[in-house]
Amino acid sequence: MSKRINVRDLDVYYSDFLAVEGVSMTIEPRTVTAFIGPSGCGKSTFLRTLNRMHEVIPGARVRGEVLIDGDNLYAPGVDPVLVRRQVGMVFQRANPFPTMSIRDNVLAGVKLNSRRMPKSDQDSLVERSLRGANLWNEVKDRLQLPGSGLSGGQQQRLCIARAIAVSPDVLLMDEPCSALDPISTLAIEDLIEELKQDYTIVIVTHNMQQATRVSDKTAFFNIAGSGKPGRLIEYDDTATIFTKPSVQATEDYVSGRFG
Amino acid sequence: MRPSDRIFRVLSTGSAGLIMVILAGVALFLIIKAGPAIVANWSANPDLAGGTTHGYTSFWSYVGPLVWGTLFSSLIALVLGAPVAIGIALFISHYAPRRLAGVLGYLVDLLAAVPSVVFGLWGIFVIRPFIIPFQDWLNHYLGWIPLFSGQVSQTGSTMLAGGLVLAVMILPIITSISREIFLQTPKLHEEAALALGSTRWEMVKLAVFPYARSGILSATLLGLGRALGETMAIAMIISPALLFSVRILTDTGNSQTIAANAALNFPESNPLQRDALIATGLALFVISFGVNFIARWIISRTGGSRRLRKAGSR
Amino acid sequence: MTATTVADTETRAPRGPVPNALTSAQLPRFVELYTLAGALAVSAAVLAMTGFSIVGWLVLSAVLYLVSLGILSTVVENRRKATDRVVRGLVTIAFLLAVIPLVSTLVTVIIGGAPSLTWDFVTKTGGSVFDPSTLKVTIVQGAWQAVVGTLIITGVATLISVPIGILAAIYLVEYAQPQQWMARTVTFLVDVMTGIPSIVAGLFAFSLFTLLVGPKAFSGFSASVALSVLMIPIVVRSTEEMLKLVSSELREASFALGVTKFATIVRVVLPTAIAGIITGVMLAISRVIGETAPIFIAASFTSNFNANPFSGPMETLAVKAYADYKFPSQDIAASYQSAWGAALLLVLLVVILNLVARIIAKAFAPRGLR
Repeated sequence: MSKRINVRDLDVYYSDFLAVEGVSMTIEPRTVTAFIGPSGCGKSTFLRTLNRMHEVIPGARVRGEVLIDGDNLYAPGVDPVLVRRQVGMVFQRANPFPTMSIRDNVLAGVKLNSRRMPKSDQDSLVERSLRGANLWNEVKDRLQLPGSGLSGGQQQRLCIARAIAVSPDVLLMDEPCSALDPISTLAIEDLIEELKQDYTIVIVTHNMQQATRVSDKTAFFNIAGSGKPGRLIEYDDTATIFTKPSVQATEDYVSGRFG
Repeated sequence: MRPSDRIFRVLSTGSAGLIMVILAGVALFLIIKAGPAIVANWSANPDLAGGTTHGYTSFWSYVGPLVWGTLFSSLIALVLGAPVAIGIALFISHYAPRRLAGVLGYLVDLLAAVPSVVFGLWGIFVIRPFIIPFQDWLNHYLGWIPLFSGQVSQTGSTMLAGGLVLAVMILPIITSISREIFLQTPKLHEEAALALGSTRWEMVKLAVFPYARSGILSATLLGLGRALGETMAIAMIISPALLFSVRILTDTGNSQTIAANAALNFPESNPLQRDALIATGLALFVISFGVNFIARWIISRTGGSRRLRKAGSR
Repeated sequence: MTATTVADTETRAPRGPVPNALTSAQLPRFVELYTLAGALAVSAAVLAMTGFSIVGWLVLSAVLYLVSLGILSTVVENRRKATDRVVRGLVTIAFLLAVIPLVSTLVTVIIGGAPSLTWDFVTKTGGSVFDPSTLKVTIVQGAWQAVVGTLIITGVATLISVPIGILAAIYLVEYAQPQQWMARTVTFLVDVMTGIPSIVAGLFAFSLFTLLVGPKAFSGFSASVALSVLMIPIVVRSTEEMLKLVSSELREASFALGVTKFATIVRVVLPTAIAGIITGVMLAISRVIGETAPIFIAASFTSNFNANPFSGPMETLAVKAYADYKFPSQDIAASYQSAWGAALLLVLLVVILNLVARIIAKAFAPRGLR
């Protein structure tokens, strides 16, 4: 299931503005990779290019290659819809569909793609996904209630359940805990640890403790100044980045001297 | 792209394109139909020599008084209606208790929902008798002003009555747009004014009016646009004639408007006379398009938000 | 401030009542009510001597109220406060001025229309019946042809306008880039189209159909086309508003699940906004259902029953109210009565549409919509 991501010399543009420049990295399967860096350094923008979600923003485009197990996402004829079924995404703010029940939210990816599925399969998919997101025990008695009635942390786990229900190979998480309280954050971090068994996970975070807690590898992005493009400064094992980074800027950032 | 995606995209883009086509079509078909009447020789053409088009040498001499009457009646409605409408907006946005404001806004919207023919009947049976004594008074004391001069009407079928009903009909649009603008006044400006020790009225003068000035102007223009095209108030209440008259208290000195003239004469006209009426309609289209154009331009120039545009479409 | 000041204030114990520097001369709390009552009483007394009329009483009271409150406040308080109070009075009066026509119209139409609004009136085709044996013309009071005409003409207009309007709004919100020329043009044209005079729409439909069909072009369908010109911009505008309220996060969530744009719009965005869209459509219907001029230009009027929108004149309630007043039969009173009945029926329809629209908006708005 889990796949390797290879990024080769990727530039991201917003119309004519170069937002991210020259990123190359390899993300191994069954690992958690954290992207850290100051606001506006392009880490979220770069994350979105891994499943072509940046295309939702008018004028955004990329140059370079992103290979998922050798398949280039940006080769001609690639359907972004198919890309996104393989590379799922969880957003900063939990966004369950307000018109759907908890159950339908989990099934959303399947149903909206108008794939027919027998009810028994649906039931087992819902249970599997919700268990996978550590939410099953909390919601199994109210699957028909709207998803918007859950707490913030539960909603975010519902979104994770929804994302894994379409059985992707890679899960991208864009600051998934930034709107949550510490207890809900802990629940999500535990979940990430478990999901690592099956998925390649990439997480953007502003919280450096979180990066050290959950990730195997860490990429530090930085920006030279406003109007300049963001760059990948250093990419290494998390322990190395936080104890003896090779670049001064990384050390300044992780030790809290700036940012 | 998938076929379903493509079809849907084409459908919605096509619908948007259709809107452009419709508006162009409105102009085009009016022009095609209006053409014969505009170029015709009015004194020589037997179709135009009789009936309502009798005695005009050309289309321009026919449409002239109509344009005057349209502008004049709208102006009266604006003078009577706009200050009240802006006052109501201010009342709802800055004076009424919070809880009441929603209900009051709904009442004004309800006024917009009353069909124009109902306002017409109301004008005939309520407003006409109501303003007769008032008209006598105006004529008696202020008759030396041309506006109030002439033989005062005893039926109440006057430009003043029509203008009054017209004013009521344009209240809602001016009020709803002004209200939205007043509500958008930056809270910081208002609080800054209050912190200087202003009374509420001084706060309105200092913070709300300067911010809302261009918005009020375009709201008034949109109200004018409504008044220009309103048919029933004039067609039902007044028996107007094609005149350049400024009198508003008489039976015989009421200027005719384009819309009312078309509505009143359309059933009994022959084909060429109908074309003439369509040509006047084209003139009305151009005038109201121009007024709306300017109003929308002012709104967009001042960074009008979505809420404003929404208010304008009610 | 420094610590010494704090210590200072603490050590200084108040001796006796301290005059508060922030008070000033002020009118009692309910002074506005008292003044109003006074103004009403005084002007009633004045008018009792010269001849009483309700309108004169209210006008005189309002003037008296503003003047006396202004003077009172200037004397006791100050000029700034006085101006403030007078302006407050003025805007309140402006508001009451708007309520008067609303209430007066509704009351008039109810009083005028209630007597004729019977079951027979709604379900019978009205008109004059000529009896050849007695050579007498009897007037039948009835609005059935107008009820049917209203439903057909407005219904067809809705069928034309709603798909075009909603799809165009979807184009503007979901597909177009905001800076694209077509999006900007359409947005602007929709804004300007909301201001097209309704009679111009009627003249347009008449022109279109006489050029296509020939001189006898009056038909219900023609009127529907006229109404569509008026209705489409309203539907586009309200749908656009509602689609913009759907947060972009929902769309992103759907795209991230590998859902196509089509499925995202139809199964995520539209269901989220549907209550608001329906409300907008109903308000648009309630606005065009009361149109008069464009309909009788395009469809003429008739007292015959005609349920075929593609041929022959057709009448709506608004046109019936107008025609019964403007072209009455020999029995003028009966015609006026019938005009009021049609007007009341129309107002009832509009009010019901408005109420239902608001109820839908309130009851079915999903949470998660900002």
